[in-house]
Amino acid sequence: MSELDAFRAEVRDWLEANCPAEMREPVRDEGDVCWGGRNWVFKNDAQKQWLEACAAKGYTVPDWPKPYGGAGLTPEQTKILKQEMKRIKARSPLDSFGIWMLGPALLQFGTEEQKVQYLNPIARGEIRWCQGYSEPGSGSDLVSLQTFGEDKGDHWVVNGSKIWTSYADKADWIFCLVRTDKANKYQGITFMLFDMASKGVTTKPILLISGNSPFCETFFDDVEVPKTQFVGEVNRGWDVAKYLLGHEREMISGGGAGGDMVSIGGAFAKAFGKNAAGELDDPILRAEMAAFDVDVFAYRAMGERFMDMWKTGRAHPASSNMMKYVGTELNKRRHELVMSGGGSEALEWDSEETKGGARARGWLRTKANSIEGGTSEVMLNVIAKRILDLPGA
Amino acid sequence: MPLYHNDDQAMLKDSVAPFVAEQAPVSHLRKLRDSADATGFSCDLWAQFTEMGLPGMLVPEEHGGLGMGHMEAGIVLEEIGRNLTPSPFLSTSVGAVAALAKAGGTQAGRWLPAIASGEAIIALAIDEGAKHRPDRIATTATRAGNGFRLDGKKSFVLHGHVADMSIVAAKTDGGITLFAVPKDAKGLTADPRRLVDSSLASHVTLDGVEVDADAVIGEVDAGGDILDALLAATRTGAAAEMVGVGQGAMDMTVTYLKERKQFGKLIGEFQGLQHRAAHLYGEMEVARATVMKAQQLLDEGSEGAKLMVSVAKAKAGRAANLAVREGVQMHGGIGMTDEYDIGLYMKRDRALAEYMGDVHYHIDQVARMNGY
Ligand SMILES: Cc1cc2nc3c(=O)[nH]c(=O)nc-3n(C[C@H](O)[C@H](O)[C@H](O)COP(=O)(O)OP(=O)(O)OC[C@H]3O[C@@H](n4cnc5c(N)ncnc54)[C@H](O)[C@@H]3O)c2cc1C
Ligand SMILES: Cc1cc2nc3c(=O)[nH]c(=O)nc-3n(C[C@H](O)[C@H](O)[C@H](O)COP(=O)(O)OP(=O)(O)OC[C@H]3O[C@@H](n4cnc5c(N)ncnc54)[C@H](O)[C@@H]3O)c2cc1C
Repeated sequence: MSELDAFRAEVRDWLEANCPAEMREPVRDEGDVCWGGRNWVFKNDAQKQWLEACAAKGYTVPDWPKPYGGAGLTPEQTKILKQEMKRIKARSPLDSFGIWMLGPALLQFGTEEQKVQYLNPIARGEIRWCQGYSEPGSGSDLVSLQTFGEDKGDHWVVNGSKIWTSYADKADWIFCLVRTDKANKYQGITFMLFDMASKGVTTKPILLISGNSPFCETFFDDVEVPKTQFVGEVNRGWDVAKYLLGHEREMISGGGAGGDMVSIGGAFAKAFGKNAAGELDDPILRAEMAAFDVDVFAYRAMGERFMDMWKTGRAHPASSNMMKYVGTELNKRRHELVMSGGGSEALEWDSEETKGGARARGWLRTKANSIEGGTSEVMLNVIAKRILDLPGA
Repeated sequence: MPLYHNDDQAMLKDSVAPFVAEQAPVSHLRKLRDSADATGFSCDLWAQFTEMGLPGMLVPEEHGGLGMGHMEAGIVLEEIGRNLTPSPFLSTSVGAVAALAKAGGTQAGRWLPAIASGEAIIALAIDEGAKHRPDRIATTATRAGNGFRLDGKKSFVLHGHVADMSIVAAKTDGGITLFAVPKDAKGLTADPRRLVDSSLASHVTLDGVEVDADAVIGEVDAGGDILDALLAATRTGAAAEMVGVGQGAMDMTVTYLKERKQFGKLIGEFQGLQHRAAHLYGEMEVARATVMKAQQLLDEGSEGAKLMVSVAKAKAGRAANLAVREGVQMHGGIGMTDEYDIGLYMKRDRALAEYMGDVHYHIDQVARMNGY
């Protein structure tokens, strides 16, 4: 047996022993997703048990080094762990901006002390982070941001406001882009970390078209941030910000693939039946679903290749922009088909049978995929400039 | 296995890419076309392929080949696609080898070494109408003497008029049977037609062609699996070639966007073109990954291969088609001229799109394989 086969066997045994049955059920609603944090209320014992078991083993962040709460797995081992988790349909033990975004940035730019201090609580799900990038006047053109941190010797005093801050009202800490030099556009931003409980921080939820309110306006009114709490160098936060965006895009792009090789047409045929020829009844919908299946299965192969290359440093650094663009556009198309397939039933907004309008709300939510983390148009600009090297882009 | 080329495969690419680009660039296709070449490919070039061992890449070592896989064959096919090189590689070295290797037996022993040594060109006589419908084969093979009598008509048979042997799929009493029909068989005629991409494909007539019992590839009535192997290999290979065609067209177009000026600017500065080029890049990358996945699954003998092969043929078909259409459009008037190569890419793409099942056929297959 090769080393990897032995590892697979070991992982299989461990999962069998440690993943509770409830955690092998499909995620039904937002409460089934474990975000962690100081104020996290576990939905049930199984969710808590699963998080704790994974955290102890380093499996919430399997490819992070052990001293920072990971399991120190190689890319091949990480892939095997993911495959084995998928095989038993195990839920993710912990989802968080700390894992997807801040963690990779700290691993790249943080000091040894910062890594130990911030990464371990992320891995254990103790501190929940939010992302303070966008401002009312600075969306796609993020570098024009104006939230300002005034230098007061051993600390900054931060004033300004952020917008679209996902889960700001539930987060414990924020990683935040703050201008610290007004004369220097790109080299005048510092990547700060601070507690959302700091004096002068307030949040105001914003209602989305889906009827949910997962993000906020965030206001900073003379917030004091110690001058130890920044990543990278002062005024060089843009480098950290961009690096982090690469990881954010990598994460968002997963949506289009929708987990396993699940066929959307196959699922509809099960739910709505087939005609005498054994085909979905509506031939045009069938054709659209089949064309979509082709694109999704193809994108899954792309996802595998991208991860294999990304994790081993073979991918073009801007290729996460392509993944995000393709993946999010696909996910939007998936939900258009889900709505078409569901017909008038899928229009119901709060009935029990539709789990509170899950399809309609989910469909509306996906429209943000090609906006958050950089819009599709911006992704195309980046591909044109950095990958295709087109002029003037 | 990670989904990128390993060191050996990267080395193979490093030797094949410059070889094809130097020996058989697009001007090579033009030369054959403009001289109304009657063979459909250059025998000298095939001899050079043979020196490099390419015809026998997929042939098992015990039959004198290199025993490589579809991933490796795909590397060669991508370069053939990128350079629009006319070549019998796909039908002979990929499709025929897949069938013969799967079947084993007399015909494998007879033809695989000849393919590996570059001596045999093989044609695949599968299609019978204008569209690819391998589940509706009407050509019949009836028992006669100690062998069979073949009757029927085949179409879109690439290299059919020059092939040393044609693999003919025919209906027998209990299923499908594949036959190795030699070039000089009585009653076999091949009528070559020049296609839009300048290749030659034959209408083949089998009029009471008599073959011995040992002309059967594999077992009588059990040709379905062998045909499946042939189709999977050829479709994946055609998809790899289309990735090459699409990539070639895209590279040419992106280069043109950086050279052509209008309105006092390089046209590559216009966002209307940038976004379309960037979108095309994404589609091509996805197609490439998909084709590699299909190759990998075929090489592993995985059950999931069949689905992924159809996904690959469909996806590569869509992406390459986008590449050639955008290519011609973004070249403006010059893209419409015969002198400029981009139009040749469009023509080759059209022929490959139709070969062994078009996008619609494979999308339909994906629906069927998923139970709807
Ligand atoms: C659900 C959701 C969650 C979010 N979570 C967070 C978060 O946690 N933290 C955070 O900081 N931000 C968050 N965002 C904000 C997100 O990053 C911004 O919405 C995004 O960057 C776009 O900025 P904008 O909304 O100001 O749109 P704008 O930049 O004003 O864009 C408007 C339109 O113009 C187009 N456009 C802009 N510039 C160009 C150009 N150069 N070329 C072509 N087209 C262009 C855009 O593509 C878009 O279609 C979230 C957004 C959403 C929807
Ligand atoms: C079959 C045929 C017949 C013709 N007959 C005649 C005729 O009888 N008389 C005559 O005078 N001309 C004729 N033309 C020429 C035709 O009008 C030009 O080809 C056309 O105007 C495009 O110019 P171009 O070929 O120089 O392409 P370019 O202008 O170089 O365009 C190349 C690409 O760049 C794009 N592009 C250019 N500018 C922009 C921009 N600002 N924003 C976004 N994209 C841009 C174009 O859309 C195109 O995709 C003919 C052309 C053809 C193909």
